[in-house]
Amino acid sequence: MIYEKPRILPGGDTALFVEFGDTINPELNLRVRRLLVAIQEARLPELVETVPTYRSLLVYYDARQTSPGEMRTKLEVLAQKTEGGEHLESKVTEVPTVYGGENGCDLEYVAKHNGLSPEEVIRLHAGRAYLIHMLGFIPGFAYLGGMCPRIATPRLSTPRSKIPAGSVGIAGNQTGIYPAESPGGWRLIGRTPIELFDPKKTPPALLEMGNYVKFVEITVQEFNRIREEVEQGTYRVKETPLCRGA
Amino acid sequence: MEVFEVIQPGLLTTIQDKGRYGYQQYGVPVSGAMDSYALLLANLLVGNDERHACLEITALGPRLQVLSDTAVAVTGADLSLALNNSPLPMWEAVKVCSGDVISFGRPRRGCRSYLAVAGGIDVCKVMGSRSTYIRSHLGGLEGRALRSGDRLHSGKARQRISVRKVPPEYLPEYQVENELRVILGPQDDYFTERGIQTFLHSEYVISAQTDRMGCRLEGSPIEHRAVADIVSDGIPPGAVQVPGDGLPIILLADRQTTGGYAKIATVSSVDLPKLAQAEMGARVRFLQVTEEEAYQLLRRYEQTIDAVREYLSQDH
Repeated sequence: MIYEKPRILPGGDTALFVEFGDTINPELNLRVRRLLVAIQEARLPELVETVPTYRSLLVYYDARQTSPGEMRTKLEVLAQKTEGGEHLESKVTEVPTVYGGENGCDLEYVAKHNGLSPEEVIRLHAGRAYLIHMLGFIPGFAYLGGMCPRIATPRLSTPRSKIPAGSVGIAGNQTGIYPAESPGGWRLIGRTPIELFDPKKTPPALLEMGNYVKFVEITVQEFNRIREEVEQGTYRVKETPLCRGA
Repeated sequence: MEVFEVIQPGLLTTIQDKGRYGYQQYGVPVSGAMDSYALLLANLLVGNDERHACLEITALGPRLQVLSDTAVAVTGADLSLALNNSPLPMWEAVKVCSGDVISFGRPRRGCRSYLAVAGGIDVCKVMGSRSTYIRSHLGGLEGRALRSGDRLHSGKARQRISVRKVPPEYLPEYQVENELRVILGPQDDYFTERGIQTFLHSEYVISAQTDRMGCRLEGSPIEHRAVADIVSDGIPPGAVQVPGDGLPIILLADRQTTGGYAKIATVSSVDLPKLAQAEMGARVRFLQVTEEEAYQLLRRYEQTIDAVREYLSQDH
């Protein structure tokens, strides 16, 4: 649920949580994002950093410059601005994805598990916009909301030890993209040639909470071409504006 | 300038500074020294400021060939520090010369030593920090622990180093029994009253599965009201999360930025350095303090830091 009034909860002596609810909900995400924007606009000198998540905004402050009491009061005032207010601009990032084959070795399984053809799984997975609720787990990993329940598939019972960077997978009713090679138990349905995390870029993560991701099916040839462009630094990720709530 | 060649890397020797701030929103952990107090004092002893990087040395230390005349200081755990096979005092600045060998032996007290060199260990900053985060191969030397044959550089030393030594009143004492002050929350309401009493009145033992990411504890399981899982939120340093088995895990420098287990409390930041030095098998008890009490502790700690900084900036 979403709380009537946000709760400000202790995160030790260097941080406070502003918690809006305890559920995965686009409206809750919007409130977290509004607070994030309000805090950025307030330019608080004691602010160290913020971590937006599904349920809350974790606000780190410099205890040499303010007390928890003072910080609470400031956050209460700012949190009031999260109700209503104007729509925030969002963008949709296109993630070109090659489905199936060696790049998505579980596509057939996901199809069979749900009584669908592989083509139907692709159609249901691509072509819709997924809300980025938060980043976490590993650098650049985005938690996406809005997957069609008809392609939900449980994780592998034994995780794979190595999953290549860019792999697109399904775990339960979630979908996501592995930003770096890592072990993992997600069912892999495809792979994108674009980079989701680059420590040399500002910001280092391609995706940002509050924005959207859309998977666009590509061929293996296109995958190879885009990968070359990414390596040469000439590839431009396609982004389009989205009017929130529309 | 080149300062050290690694002859033997030790168990886990990494480059760490204060940590990487501002990138948790992208899923990048803070990392940085586990014992921020020992890191700071090592830096101050050799005339560095608090932003310089040191070597964090874990339990079994490295063997380093000195390549240039410089000054070093080692603080933190007593891991039998030696120079050319003779014992070398800790918590003071020492001049070393090209050809010297710095080594470590049997761990005596504590877990982690910090070796500072005048000018700091110099590697490229990644997202504003030199700290190593091994899991994602970020920072430090190629994002990994030191290996034999690595050559380390130092930055420019700011001043001539005089003989500096930390006065005894500022030396920490590492204990087998540790009392950690905690602020309850953010999810203390996920636990039964009995669960909270168990947490605050039992003794826990630090398990072997403890690393830079988190300190796992063994002891009485803490009772949840219903479930241990929450819809994920952020994880401050020292957060005590309690998964389904009821055994608390205190999250430390390399913790993930977000997580889905209920957090019963957060350890006060002034008590994190002693936890960083607590060895496997050491005992831990939690003592509840209010947010305001923790804030006052932190202020007093900052005053101590200012006093040490002032003392070490003068010649004695």
